[in-house]
Amino acid sequence: MNALGTHGRYLWQRRAVAAAVLSAVVVFAARDAQAAGKHDIEPPAKSEFGLGPRASVGGHYTAVLQPSQPLKPRQLQTVLVVVTDSEGHTVDGATIAIDGGMPQHGHGLPTQPRVTKNLGSGVYEIGGVRFNMGGWWEFSLDITGAAGSDKVTFNLAL
Amino acid sequence: MNRKRIIAALAALSLVSVCAAMSSRDNWTAEEKEELVSMSLRMLDAPAADPTNRVADDSSAAAFGKQLFFDTRFSSNGQVSCATCHKPDLDFQDGKPFGEGVGKTGRRTMAIAGMAHSPFFFWDGRKDSQWSQALGPLESAVEHGGTRAQYAHVVAAHYRTEYERIFGPLPDLADIPHTAGPAVDAAARRAWDGLSGQQRDSVTGVFVNIGKAIAAYERTIELRPSRFDRYVDALSATGRPPKDVLSDEETAGLRLFLGKANCTRCHNGPLLTNNDFHNTGVAQVAPSPPDFGRSKGVMDVLQDEFNCRSRWSDAAADQCVELEFLVTDSSALEGAFKVPSLRNVANRAPYMHAGQLETLSDVLQHYNRALPSAVGTSELEELKLTSAELRQLEAFLHSLTSGPVD
Repeated sequence: MNALGTHGRYLWQRRAVAAAVLSAVVVFAARDAQAAGKHDIEPPAKSEFGLGPRASVGGHYTAVLQPSQPLKPRQLQTVLVVVTDSEGHTVDGATIAIDGGMPQHGHGLPTQPRVTKNLGSGVYEIGGVRFNMGGWWEFSLDITGAAGSDKVTFNLAL
Repeated sequence: MNRKRIIAALAALSLVSVCAAMSSRDNWTAEEKEELVSMSLRMLDAPAADPTNRVADDSSAAAFGKQLFFDTRFSSNGQVSCATCHKPDLDFQDGKPFGEGVGKTGRRTMAIAGMAHSPFFFWDGRKDSQWSQALGPLESAVEHGGTRAQYAHVVAAHYRTEYERIFGPLPDLADIPHTAGPAVDAAARRAWDGLSGQQRDSVTGVFVNIGKAIAAYERTIELRPSRFDRYVDALSATGRPPKDVLSDEETAGLRLFLGKANCTRCHNGPLLTNNDFHNTGVAQVAPSPPDFGRSKGVMDVLQDEFNCRSRWSDAAADQCVELEFLVTDSSALEGAFKVPSLRNVANRAPYMHAGQLETLSDVLQHYNRALPSAVGTSELEELKLTSAELRQLEAFLHSLTSGPVD
C-alpha cells in the first residue's frame, strides 16, 4: 500500500468502492431479473405444443408421445414414446433419460419418470409421469442411440 | 340544452363503465372456465383403489374402523382416540396449532375428508397409505401413547367378532404381555424384544389390521359441495355465471385466485391441492433442530416398516408406483410441506404445518410478502397485492366452506 502513496491509495479505495457499488447493482439487478424473470418467460407459439412428432435439437431423432390416457394434472401416468432416426427408421436399444419442468415457475418434474419397458419397434414405455398443475410444461427426452446423443423437448399444455 | 347534453353524455358514460365493470367481473375466458370446472367437487372421482389394503373398500371393515376411530381404549391413559384430534364436528381436525393426545405433538392435526386421494400422508409425507398413517399416532408417545400388544388385546377383548368376520381368526395372545411394542418406552421395547419372531408377527398382524379398518372408515369421509361448487356448476351448465351465489367481492377474489395471486399453482383440482410438497417459507417453530419437512419424509417413507413394499402391505411389488418414481434427492424437498386442501379452510384456523399463522388474513399476508425460508428455498414470489385484493381473496376462501362432513 505504501508504494502507492496517499493519492494512489485514495484512487484504489475509490475504485474499490465503485467496484463494490457496481457489483451490488449488478447483484440486485440480477436478483430482480431472477425474481421477475420466471414470469417473463413467454411460452412458445401454439404450433410448438403437442405430443409430436418432434425433432431433436441436432436432428438425429424424431419422437412421438402416446399417453395411455389423455394427460391430466396430478395423476401418475404411463406414456409411450416412439423414436425414429433422421431417415424414419425406428430406433431400438436407445437409452432415454427424462427431464422436464415448468420454465415459468422454475421447478422440475414432481416425480422421476423413467423408461420402464423397451417394447421394440422403436417404442418405449415411460412410467411415473406426473404434472402437478395446469399450464405450460417442458418434457425432455435425452436419447442416446446409434446416431449419438440428442435431446428432444416437448411443450405440453396441461 | 347544452347542460342536458352533458348530463345525457355523463349518463351514457356511466352506463358504459357499469357494463364494463360487470363484464370484467362476470366474464370468464374459455380457459378460465375450463380451470374453474376442473376445480368443482363434481370433478372428483372416487378415490383410486388402494392395493396396499385389501379391505379398503369393504363396508364392514369401514364400520369396524369407525368403532376403533372413536374408542379411547386405544391409548395409554384410556382417554385418547383418533377423534380426540380428528373431531368430526370440526372437519376432523382440532383447531389447535399442535395435536394434543397424551402429550403434545410438534405439528398441526390434518383434516381427513378427501385424504384418500393423496399418495402420501402427514405434512412431510412420511407414510404412503392411509392405514400406515393411522398406525403412526397409535404408537406415538405423545399421541395415543400405547403399544401394539395392548391394542391387539383390546381387539381380542372387545372386538373379536367384528375382527374375525373381516380378517379371520385372531392369533393366540395368551402369552403376549399387555404392554409391548417397538416404539414407545424402554420397558415396552424390552418386553417386545423378549417375544419370539412369530409372536411379534402375530401382534403386528393385528395392529396392521386395526390400521386397515380405520383407513376403510376414513375413505368414506367425504366432502360436501360448497357455494363455490354451486357457482362453477351453474357456470358449467348454462355458460353464464349465476347471480347471487358469489358476491362481487368473492368473485373478484376468485379471479385473483386463478390469476395474479398464483394460488392454483399448488391449490388446483377439485380438492384445491396438487397433493404435493412445497417450500413456502413458513417460519420454523423452533430454530433448532430445524424441521426439514419433505426431505426427511422421503427418507422415512422409504424405510417405513409399513410402506407399500413391506410384507404388511397387500400390494404386489410393481404396484408401489409412488415409491418407484419418488424424487429423493432434490433440494426442492428441503423445508417443503404438504399442500393442504382449501376446502373448508375458513373453518380451520390456525394455519400451516404447525399453526404458525393464526388467521386467513395472516396467511394471505404471508404469501403476499414471500419472505425467504429459513430452511431450503421458498418457492414464493412477492405478489404485490393491495389490501383490498387480499380482502377479496379472503372473501373468496369463505365460499369454499361446505359445513361439517359426515
